[in-house]
Amino acid sequence: MNKKFMMAAEAVERFIDDGDQIAIGGFTVTRNPMALIRETLRQRKKELYLVVHSQGQGMELLIGAGCVRRVELAYGGVARFAPTGIRFRKAVKEKQIEVEDYTNLHMTLRFMAGAMSMPFVATRSGLESDIVRLSGFSKESRGKGRVPREKLKVIDHPLDPEQGKVVVLPPLNPDVTLIHAQAVGEDGTVRIQGLTFADVEQAKAARKVIVSCEKIVPTEEIRRDPDRNCLPHFLVDAVVHAPYGAHPTACHMFYDYDPDHLNMFKRIAADDDTFRQYLDEWVYPFETQQAYLDKVGEKQLEKIKADPDLGYAPGLDRR
Amino acid sequence: MEIDYTANEMMALCAGRLVNNGDILFAGTGLSMLAATVAKRIHAHEAVVFFETGGIDPSLIELPLAVGDPRVMVGTSVNSGLADALSLLAHPKLHTVAFLGAAQIDPYGNLNSTLLGSYEKPLQRFPGSGGACDAASMASGTIIFMQHQRRRFVEKLDYFTSPGWLTGGDSRREAGFQRGGPVAVVTNLGLLKFDDRTRRMYLSEFYPFTTPDEIAENTGFDIDLSRAVQCSPPTKEELTTLREQIDPQRLILGPLKTAADSGRPKR
Repeated sequence: MNKKFMMAAEAVERFIDDGDQIAIGGFTVTRNPMALIRETLRQRKKELYLVVHSQGQGMELLIGAGCVRRVELAYGGVARFAPTGIRFRKAVKEKQIEVEDYTNLHMTLRFMAGAMSMPFVATRSGLESDIVRLSGFSKESRGKGRVPREKLKVIDHPLDPEQGKVVVLPPLNPDVTLIHAQAVGEDGTVRIQGLTFADVEQAKAARKVIVSCEKIVPTEEIRRDPDRNCLPHFLVDAVVHAPYGAHPTACHMFYDYDPDHLNMFKRIAADDDTFRQYLDEWVYPFETQQAYLDKVGEKQLEKIKADPDLGYAPGLDRR
Repeated sequence: MEIDYTANEMMALCAGRLVNNGDILFAGTGLSMLAATVAKRIHAHEAVVFFETGGIDPSLIELPLAVGDPRVMVGTSVNSGLADALSLLAHPKLHTVAFLGAAQIDPYGNLNSTLLGSYEKPLQRFPGSGGACDAASMASGTIIFMQHQRRRFVEKLDYFTSPGWLTGGDSRREAGFQRGGPVAVVTNLGLLKFDDRTRRMYLSEFYPFTTPDEIAENTGFDIDLSRAVQCSPPTKEELTTLREQIDPQRLILGPLKTAADSGRPKR
């Protein structure tokens, strides 16, 4: 057995330290690495420094449970279920976290830059906006740990000043990137189906990569169709087999997002007491993904199961 | 005149009419999905919808509730990711039109979708830019959906998330933007456009169930009403397409309960 394969508990314990800068894959209601995130909560990791583009349910749990100190993000929301993430909004207002805003393109470019060891990236996106004018982190924190010396800078076009101003942004090399994929080969090769968002860039930029997946397939099978693979095995440090590992967010071709769970979360999330009860009921008790799935229940999992041609659950009541 | 349609329906159709055949549409969810789809079905058959998440020209058999919804990954021309999708925004050979929404808008179509209060002391936090600032910076044009209220149509934004016409006139080009700028603002009360020279917002059309005065009253800055005409009501074809083909569950359209009043601000 490949030594990279392990339980979520071992992967989180070995590869995530308090204070680490963590990138999270997926997008709002899809392919959030929830099994890995629940385990991060269970191990009470703290002072984490999230770097994300558009994060939804995963960030809600991490921030809500008090695991997060800082966030660099473009968007914090869980689609129609919570157009602004409820725990995110609360934590910002109550100043429990420090936040610095970018755009989706900024964050994607920064991960690409990190992956390619580029010194910086340039774009015109955001010129004149408060995104380039205002920094969220304190002056004292600048240049310390993973906090970049400058959030960004607006400079004259370095090659042709007649082209005006450009925004230059620092690269990102997170300590750990967490993603959830549909399949991983026994050798560690990763396959994502549907949209990849910025998962590949986030993983390539990271010092350590933990991938959870719906299924593990034989090496010869995943290599029979390599056009569909997106990360080579040697970039992956840990693989966690976690069926329904993105629940309650969606995983294309496997299951839809779970509207019942997300609506329930929306009802309980604003209040600290009911949110804590949620964690006690849905996060802390489960040492394994299977135990969590038993709690969700077979009937609910069947309800959100994807149609093999469409990749989602057609006709699912999403109100 | 009897009004047998809702403000949401009027908004989706009004925005849909602004789409030209061949436009490459950067869509969000909500009303922008409906506007893009209704335009494609009725008059802009060759318009293409894409999402910042990487779903390029999906079949959209069921309405997505999020741009990352698995429903944007089906029947697509290409499934990709953020880098690929956002590269289409700025592509010089494409005419890309982005649909955006915001919490606040100023007279030059600059948008705030980040927070109320100040960056140091936020009173209310919103999700943030996502890809909105990227689209506002790089697309050929933007169409903005707003709820028409004084607290949303403000002289000065609490936070400047996405660039419109900046301070008007030539300021957008002078700042370094290669193209783009807001084309129109579609609200639950009417359609607003931007003067070709000053780039300041003016009222272009009011709906059959609103008046220019009502719109001025709900706008937190001075607005030119002199060019306003009444918007043509929805045609039978438009309403049927919207209700029966595009959003039969009324997931985005919302309840059909009251005539034209569903989205209007309380006064």
